[in-house]
Amino acid sequence: MKIHEYQAKEILRQYAIPTPRGKVCFSVEEAVAAATEIGGALWVVKAQIHAGGRGKGGGVKVARSLNEVHEHAGEILGMKLVTHQTGAAGQMVRCLLIEEGMHIVREFYVAFVVDRSKQRVVLIASSEGGMEIEQVAAKSPNKIHKVWIDPVAGLTDAEADGVAKKIGLVGVHGALERNRGFFCLQSLYRAFVEKDATLAEINPLVLTGDGRVIALDAKFSFDSNALYRHPEIVAYRDLSEEDPNEIEASKFDLSYIALDGNIGCLVNGAGLAMATMDIIKLYGGAPANFLDVGGGASKEKVAEAFKLMLKNPKLRAILVNIFGGIMRCDVIAEGVVAAVRETHLNVPLIVRLEGTNVDLGKKILAESGLAIIAANDMADAAKKVVAAARGKQ
Amino acid sequence: MSILINKDTRVMTQGMTGKVGQFHTLHSKNYANGVNCFVAGVTPGKAGQSYEGIPVFNSVAEAKAQTGATVSVIYVPPPYAAAAIDEAVEAGLELVICITEGIPVMDMLRTRYKMQGKKTLLIGPNCPGVITPDEIKIGIMPGHIHRKGGIGVVSRSGTLTYEAVWQLTQLGYGQSSCVGIGGDPINGLKHLDVMKMFNDDPATDAVVMVGEIGGSDEEECARWIRGNMKKPVVGFIAGVTAPPGKRMGHAGAIISGGQGSAMVKLAVMEECGIHITRNPAEMGKTMKAVLRR
Repeated sequence: MKIHEYQAKEILRQYAIPTPRGKVCFSVEEAVAAATEIGGALWVVKAQIHAGGRGKGGGVKVARSLNEVHEHAGEILGMKLVTHQTGAAGQMVRCLLIEEGMHIVREFYVAFVVDRSKQRVVLIASSEGGMEIEQVAAKSPNKIHKVWIDPVAGLTDAEADGVAKKIGLVGVHGALERNRGFFCLQSLYRAFVEKDATLAEINPLVLTGDGRVIALDAKFSFDSNALYRHPEIVAYRDLSEEDPNEIEASKFDLSYIALDGNIGCLVNGAGLAMATMDIIKLYGGAPANFLDVGGGASKEKVAEAFKLMLKNPKLRAILVNIFGGIMRCDVIAEGVVAAVRETHLNVPLIVRLEGTNVDLGKKILAESGLAIIAANDMADAAKKVVAAARGKQ
Repeated sequence: MSILINKDTRVMTQGMTGKVGQFHTLHSKNYANGVNCFVAGVTPGKAGQSYEGIPVFNSVAEAKAQTGATVSVIYVPPPYAAAAIDEAVEAGLELVICITEGIPVMDMLRTRYKMQGKKTLLIGPNCPGVITPDEIKIGIMPGHIHRKGGIGVVSRSGTLTYEAVWQLTQLGYGQSSCVGIGGDPINGLKHLDVMKMFNDDPATDAVVMVGEIGGSDEEECARWIRGNMKKPVVGFIAGVTAPPGKRMGHAGAIISGGQGSAMVKLAVMEECGIHITRNPAEMGKTMKAVLRR
């Protein structure tokens, strides 16, 4: 689960990590009032959307007067911000963060993520803040420093100090900044662990002209499997940032992701669902979605899955691919028949059933009197659905 | 022969008094030699009860001492599943197969840390389990699609594994053992660990390796295969069409920062001499072609 920058900074402040003074705003008037309250002569107007790359997309602007705050806030609020992470359609900006401007001397990158292959949390730090870490990794890998953390000992003083030194977190005041940087690193690690994060990133962590170490931007993602023990994180969820169909799917415990194609697919199991998308592509079609109905799909779940797919105006055909293990093919077949009747399905439907009670499942489909195209195996199903989607276009 | 489990394996079910645990324990007990293999259940506070003639114990240590079971299968709900693994490790079991899906990453990091230097092997979590056809089935896979034979199967997925197995069975190729290592980012045995076991198993002639997007386990396994594997390997990776940054159902199935894409994995596997197919309907056919060469 992702959250906004202003929410990430609330978490940082709970862990005593300094952030710029700022305020979240939902209108131009609120933005100007916030800037007035913050004071000074330099402000930053920042679009709050879940995607990264906001600066390049025109979602972050510096203001040198209250008039400029007014102007920038007016431009950014309500804009469809397009970044490399939003896709071409962009993401509507519904709120802003107004912050005091900073006199920045140096920028650093610090983040904690889970390293799957080492099975440890890893601290990634670099002297090259403000850039995407993937770019730094590609251009100057020697400037990236990593520490794999012992879960019992945590991030030790020696490790934190070592990293602060390596990335050059030292300015006019010398040891002082390093100590502050070191403190930030340990606090961020604590936040990462205690909140069950999968990513905690400060980019950039800045050293200011007056020797302060401040988190200028922050990003958190959380482990959805651990949200049950973090109601405070669940409260940060912003549904307007998520795909409405994915939200609808999650209500029925369906795993759904919208894609660009025109062939809907309904599959049991995540691996088989991906493989089904792949084989549609391989036979010249384009999948409209990823949809895993899970191991224990009921008739109702199948019906909801059909409704979700049918919301897509591009949809030209549907492929149901079920390998019944625990899930019985006859139960799925009944669900499919009911869903077709309930939704008055008007696109071709190809069904491939295999596994437990497959003969009974096929019989139910054949005897339904519905125009369901049966397929013998995955390849047959893919060929038929691609042809059907073309025929309709 | 087989890997990990056979007809002489003795198993306890952790979480046997729950609905899921009961359902799958019954099906496993009814498969091949299951009636002799499934000897105990563990649910704290429910010692003295029994299910289908299988006695329930309060702890793993007690179940082990009373029945001699050395393997456990876990159906405990996610908030308590990591602790269940810890208990099995502390009791010195040889193998723990964790079926539970949805365990927090941080819990698994701590559990894996505690497992360092211990003899217990872990399969999963978030996996279908392990089967040695005609001998023993530990997990949730449908037994009837399997057939005894010489092909090892290792996969991160559930139903996609069944797909691979079914293709093999239909073409007349039975399986030595099929291992679902699970779809979570932090897990026990990896493709590589299972591949080494198949390499050493005299009953395994060839291996089907099914992977998916996310992480780099398949690449690590492929690099080992290049210099060490004595048997042919057929490979498929799911998720060529998966968009970056989106979690595709499995917690571990995500392409992040340009890493973990299916294309990269397939390229490395091909370079390392694995017989890859990009068509999930042709895993069996590819194996047939390789074995006929």
